[in-house]
Amino acid sequence: MCLAVPGRVLDIAERDGTRMATVDFGGVQKEVCLEYLPDLRVGEYAIVHVGFALQRLDEESAKQTLELFAELGMLQEEFGDPWELAAGPDEGAGE
Amino acid sequence: MKYIDEFQDPALARRLLDEIHATVTRPWALMEVCGGQTHTIIRHGIDQLLPDQVELIHGPGCPVCVTPLEVIDKALEIASRPGVIFCSFGDMLRVPGTGRDLFRVRSEGGDVRVVYSPLDALTIARQNPDREVVFFGIGFETTAPPNAMTVHQAKKLGIRNFSLLVSHVRVPPAIEAIMLSPSCRVQGFLAAGHVCSVMGVAEYPELAARHRVPIVVTGFEPLDILEGVRRTVRQLERGEHTVENAYARAVRPEGNPAALAMLADVFEVTDRAWRGIGVIPGSGWRLADRYREFDAEHRFQVTGITTQEPAECRSGEVLQGLLKPNECAAFGTVCTPRTPLGATMVSSEGACAAYYLYRRLDLQAAPAAPTTPLEASPVG
Ligand code: SF4
Repeated sequence: MCLAVPGRVLDIAERDGTRMATVDFGGVQKEVCLEYLPDLRVGEYAIVHVGFALQRLDEESAKQTLELFAELGMLQEEFGDPWELAAGPDEGAGE
Repeated sequence: MKYIDEFQDPALARRLLDEIHATVTRPWALMEVCGGQTHTIIRHGIDQLLPDQVELIHGPGCPVCVTPLEVIDKALEIASRPGVIFCSFGDMLRVPGTGRDLFRVRSEGGDVRVVYSPLDALTIARQNPDREVVFFGIGFETTAPPNAMTVHQAKKLGIRNFSLLVSHVRVPPAIEAIMLSPSCRVQGFLAAGHVCSVMGVAEYPELAARHRVPIVVTGFEPLDILEGVRRTVRQLERGEHTVENAYARAVRPEGNPAALAMLADVFEVTDRAWRGIGVIPGSGWRLADRYREFDAEHRFQVTGITTQEPAECRSGEVLQGLLKPNECAAFGTVCTPRTPLGATMVSSEGACAAYYLYRRLDLQAAPAAPTTPLEASPVG
């Protein structure tokens, strides 16, 4: 139940004095309360938990993280197979 | 789906794994705090792909699992009363109280309803002005803001037939308790990302410094877990102990200010008993006095409860990372998700349930046989 998942805001409306949005989760749509992220806009992604948007998902840092992952291990590739290195005695240590 | 698939990419996972293998020189024990992370780890076999020197200890971060038996019994008692509509998240239904569960209460005629959001319970209260509607408000810092907002709305709109049975818990005091335990083996923490989406990271630097333990805020997809492990191991190898944020796409250092303000208005910090663990000082929230009329414990005055845990269940040790679920004699035999002895076998975040779902057959067939389920696993 603690799971929170990213969803995309489809539309925003005021209901009973509460800021609500329709949010799409890969095809499933839910009504979500925006009171904690009042400046969330249509098209943006947010982390949603039990019907509340809790934090904006930052596309820029998502991209940066993935780029960082893609660059990882470039050095190792230059010097051989880290699986072999890791398996060998006292080798493959350090960066 | 966007921001899920990308963080399950097997090729990038391989890079992260290579990097971890290249970094580690000594044995390290890390704890993933959150049960959602435990689930990802077991489902994708991440613990089996890591170097042998890196052990993942499963933490107590399953809110369903740590909700004290006494509170479950209070919930069962309130839900059994005529005139009450008792609303809960679905995974509380089969959590065993003393002798029965909410599922049973419903089959005995109690009006127990599963809701997706606490706001749904408020809607039910408005539609049933002649009934008492109670919402079971459990969870960590992630779930507390939605419940706080719901109580705030009830007060604002004057919905007097609504109340909250509160048993909220907080992560930092649990980390403190784990570090203070004499049997503690944990050397680094993967902190729960969505808790920090709300709370930010301000509570952690002091903990990391005082216990000389790295704390890395970590997300929930396979790549997030691997990145959390990579950064924690890197710190340990370098002798560092700082707070890092490995989940920047969803965690700002300051958290969510609007949610923090609402929490401060609606709740106050209290000591809280954790099921199987005991009382952890300052580890919970209760409703502040100005919201007392919405407190179900106050409204229903449930007393005379005597609780009893099944003797075979060792979930307390599982929750403290002292025992792996499959080391419990009841695991998979007497205790299954359909006939759970402990809450850790019920919840989608419980370690026993995760082992039962994803590892039961492996455990029977070939213990510790390495697999590469990252490639094989379906996209969640
Ligand atoms: S397997 Fe069942 S009995 Fe054993 S610790 Fe887990 S929940 Fe308790």
